[in-house]
Amino acid sequence: MSVLTNNLDLFLRAFGQTLQLFAVSAVLSLVLGTLLAALRVSPVPVFRGVGTTYVTVVRNTPLTLVFVFFVFAYPLLEILKIDEYTAAVVALTLYTAAFVCEVVRSGINTVPVGQAEASRALGLTFTQMLGNVVLPQALRSVVPPMTSTMIALLKNTTVASGFAVFQAGNIRETLADQGDNVLIGLLWVALGFVILVMPLTYVQQVFEKRWSVAR
Amino acid sequence: MSMVLFDVPGPKARVRHKIMAVVGIAAVAAALVYVVMRFVVTDQFTARRLDWINYKQIQLSLVEAIGNTLSAFAVGAVLALLFGAIFAAARLSDHAWVRVPAAVIVEVFRAIPLVIMMFFFYYGLPVAGVKLSAFTAVVVSLMLYNGSVLAEIFRAGINSLPKGQSEAAYALGMRKTQVMTFVLLPQALRAMLPTIISQLVVLLKDTALGFLITFEELLRWGTRIGGDAVNFGRPMIPVMIVVALVYIGLCLLLTWLATYLEKRNRRNKKVIKTDNPDAQKPVLMDASAAG
Repeated sequence: MSVLTNNLDLFLRAFGQTLQLFAVSAVLSLVLGTLLAALRVSPVPVFRGVGTTYVTVVRNTPLTLVFVFFVFAYPLLEILKIDEYTAAVVALTLYTAAFVCEVVRSGINTVPVGQAEASRALGLTFTQMLGNVVLPQALRSVVPPMTSTMIALLKNTTVASGFAVFQAGNIRETLADQGDNVLIGLLWVALGFVILVMPLTYVQQVFEKRWSVAR
Repeated sequence: MSMVLFDVPGPKARVRHKIMAVVGIAAVAAALVYVVMRFVVTDQFTARRLDWINYKQIQLSLVEAIGNTLSAFAVGAVLALLFGAIFAAARLSDHAWVRVPAAVIVEVFRAIPLVIMMFFFYYGLPVAGVKLSAFTAVVVSLMLYNGSVLAEIFRAGINSLPKGQSEAAYALGMRKTQVMTFVLLPQALRAMLPTIISQLVVLLKDTALGFLITFEELLRWGTRIGGDAVNFGRPMIPVMIVVALVYIGLCLLLTWLATYLEKRNRRNKKVIKTDNPDAQKPVLMDASAAG
């Protein structure tokens, strides 16, 4: 217990940074992922190809490799200087966007074509069709897997600890420098993540139960 | 092609799509040219920066690094599957004293980031006098995390089967173990195989986290060779391209296995169809031909 109470300031600061890193990357990856999904369902084959290639490449690349690329390799190209924090945000965003894209795309695909055809036959405009028929149904099948993707992103922020970005994964280093008990410290960090993730998992299960569409 | 979001395109829309396709191709080409330009301008592919390929020792170390990644994957995958099977069975148990602790363990291990687990086993445990090698720390973490995820997959697979299956089996007088092994598991496994394999792809990618605890795997090899400024002038870009290609290739192999199994699965189970036309010939004809 003393490891936590003596370093409460460090723990709070580190988890605050984790949450900040998570929030920034989450917003950016949701935007980029939705754009990619728009590419993947576009009627233009070139756009679909770009979306598919991006998703295939990024989904099969380890996140650590994306980090290594942006921290060690990207500066060699001398395009635009970015610090480690920005590199971490870029890596997390690019990686998570591929998963967001897949979630959004499969959500759109779960809406049967007949729904849109029926609304067109009834004379609904495109916005009415999208807002009243397609999106409400797509959203229900998107939210639970999107929550899982966001939980994964929250846990993935710890990968940044190998790349000089201060967040919860770095608490160990500071504790080790101070000569504190690293074992106990890491258990507290793990508990911190359990506390952060559990409510999200609970919310996800509630949504899943309440919104499951019988087809 | 009619989709949810748009109708079959008419003549105007087709022209618009063609214009958009040209713009799209131009944009992709421009981006590629820019990247290649940066490669050329900053001399990423000079002879000096590609020289590392010629050294036999470096080639052997690459093979060894891939071997380390694969062995961590193989051991981790087997252990995770075992862990998942045991904990899924425990979570499906009729006894609350087995079910509840198993549920807690699975939920907790799913919530802890893999990096923190690896730090715990590699940097934390030596404080308590238990020293694990980097390989063991990676494998144990992979087992606990992916095993918990797999346990949930197995459980969901068994729960997704129609209730009539187990009810019929019980009505026939089967015991709990028999119902599970003869009726539920064979069907659930078949339905879950693609999901299990995509979780194994995640496991393969997660071996790269061993980089953070100095496990000598493919990514660490890449940063070592790529960061060599003295002999090769920091060939980080070409080395990372090679490393990325190896990872993507390995993951795609697994993904293809998953899609192949999924396709095989989707075949009609009532009619046995063979791709071999000879097998469909009447047997009599074969006999007369032989005679």
